[in-house]
Amino acid sequence: MDQLLRVMVRVVIALTLCFVALPSLVVIVTAFNDKAILMFPPTGFSLRWFERAITYDDFRRGLMNGFIITAWASSLALVCGTLGAVVIERYRFAGRRWLEAILLSPLVIPHFTLGIAMLILASAMHVERTYSLVVLCHVILVLPFVMRSVYVSLKNIDPALGRAAASLGATPLQCFLRIDLPLLAPGLAGGWLFAAILSFNEFTATLFVTGQRTQTLPVAMYTYVREYADPTMAALSALLIAATVLFLLAANRWLGLARILSIEAGR
Amino acid sequence: MTQTTESFSVSVANVRKAYGTTTALDDVSLTVQAGEFLTLLGPSGCGKTTLLNLIAGFVQPDQGSICIDGESVNELPPYRRSIGMVFQHYALFPHMSVADNVGFGLKMHQVPKSEIAVRVKAALEMVRLGQLGERRPRELSGGQQQRIALARALVINPKVVLLDEPFSAIDKNLRAEMQVELKQIQQRLGITTIFVTHDQSEALSLSDRIAVMSNGQIEQLSAPADLYRHPASSFVASFIGDINRFPCVIKARTETTCTVAMADTLLTLPITHPALSIGAAALLFIRPEELTLVPSHSDAANLGTGQVDTHVYQGTHVDVYVRFADARVLRVRHPGWQATSLFALGQAVGVQANLQQAFIFPAR
Repeated sequence: MDQLLRVMVRVVIALTLCFVALPSLVVIVTAFNDKAILMFPPTGFSLRWFERAITYDDFRRGLMNGFIITAWASSLALVCGTLGAVVIERYRFAGRRWLEAILLSPLVIPHFTLGIAMLILASAMHVERTYSLVVLCHVILVLPFVMRSVYVSLKNIDPALGRAAASLGATPLQCFLRIDLPLLAPGLAGGWLFAAILSFNEFTATLFVTGQRTQTLPVAMYTYVREYADPTMAALSALLIAATVLFLLAANRWLGLARILSIEAGR
Repeated sequence: MTQTTESFSVSVANVRKAYGTTTALDDVSLTVQAGEFLTLLGPSGCGKTTLLNLIAGFVQPDQGSICIDGESVNELPPYRRSIGMVFQHYALFPHMSVADNVGFGLKMHQVPKSEIAVRVKAALEMVRLGQLGERRPRELSGGQQQRIALARALVINPKVVLLDEPFSAIDKNLRAEMQVELKQIQQRLGITTIFVTHDQSEALSLSDRIAVMSNGQIEQLSAPADLYRHPASSFVASFIGDINRFPCVIKARTETTCTVAMADTLLTLPITHPALSIGAAALLFIRPEELTLVPSHSDAANLGTGQVDTHVYQGTHVDVYVRFADARVLRVRHPGWQATSLFALGQAVGVQANLQQAFIFPAR
């Protein structure tokens, strides 16, 4: 009976993994098709769609735009989110709950709403659809994730540590730099990483606030799909999957290291 | 760390502190002598931790002044007050080595690196953990962590060291050892010390003087022996040591003695509180060791006769609980171990009280 149960559990886990991984596998296999149609299973082998994905101008520009926007948006969100989390966790003031609710609201507001709102606002103020506009939009979108991550890390810091540091002669700034910041490092890194991934992949709101010059990779892909139906998209997706896996492996190594350097996670 | 730190004193004058509508401290005044070990003792919520945090500067008083070494520190933030603080849960910095923890205060005070190394080493040797400098705090036991915290607080030669229930999170067997060690270090350095605890036996064994606190006020500030032998209020009498407590009524009084009625017995004893008027309700306190078991209905049995209810064997003595006809239960301390056989359960016994050592206070 136990044996049977164990086998069944394994089967269910295997099926779940297949179910989750299957779309990615199909896309990757399709990318190697030799015909100019999205088809599974493929009828031959070719790398030409990878070549086209890498050399297609809109994708190259979209990728660069994505990097620029993601770097700015996630870094700005990290600074704002950290300050917001510190203020909300450490200080008691009127309107604290409201501030928290407003900063976290992008979690529940549809991205579509935010995108169109930003577009209307920008045109009303006669602001061009520049990088700044996209970055601002992304900062708002990813802020709650950064704030949550930092907030949880802050909660885990014993308030007595700050008092101990003060009793030993540390000014509030020294206390923040030497005690809080090192202990927050894993939370900050985690929050930044999450923000970067969200920002890089964001499509719905980005569609409204980007122009031809500022479009990011997801928007460029959408535009491409409207015109062509060849495996270039599959090839690009395969490349993105590979890049993401490498990025996460690297980040995990680095994050794990950061954690050992600070707290929890015993050896 | 063998040199004696210069001694500093602390004084608190007419301090008030309220949180919303709750009064945490109600007009508290207190002076700590240079080099003295003073304990703030009381149940949770009595204001002892608030008072400690006021002296440290983590909390601002609504009113009143605080001086350290003759200088008002009301306007000084904690990091300029020259205090050493030890916390209940150690509060060691988890991302630093033990040596960096101990050296943190010296670094903040811009002590040269070479001197920091020497002083950290000496401080660690003082708490007998010289070999653990490279470890991380989480690798150490609770007792070791608290010794590191003590070294960290003392290495900066503070004017006063404040300890907030430092041993309450530590294993009971280790606690007594840590208490002795703290006392020895404190005496060797001659450092002014304020210690907060709710554990009366800890307070009695460590302190030069104890301030017993209740409801945001100091009930009594005395040496441990005075506190035990001459409590100033019914709160102190109940809080310090084991004691029997009975309601009674004042029947007559002179300058120095009063006569009270307790159930159907009349007792005459010395007055221990000025506000005792004839006819008023009062509380009579007497410690178990001031009671003796005598044959039932003997003339010596000035508290009357009851039945042996329970024995509690305590090694050096036995506590015998005697139940009276009116359901009052008295705790009588009998030295040695023989009481269990001398006074069988259910046996009728008389209870004699040494009324010279009884305390009487007005019922509140």
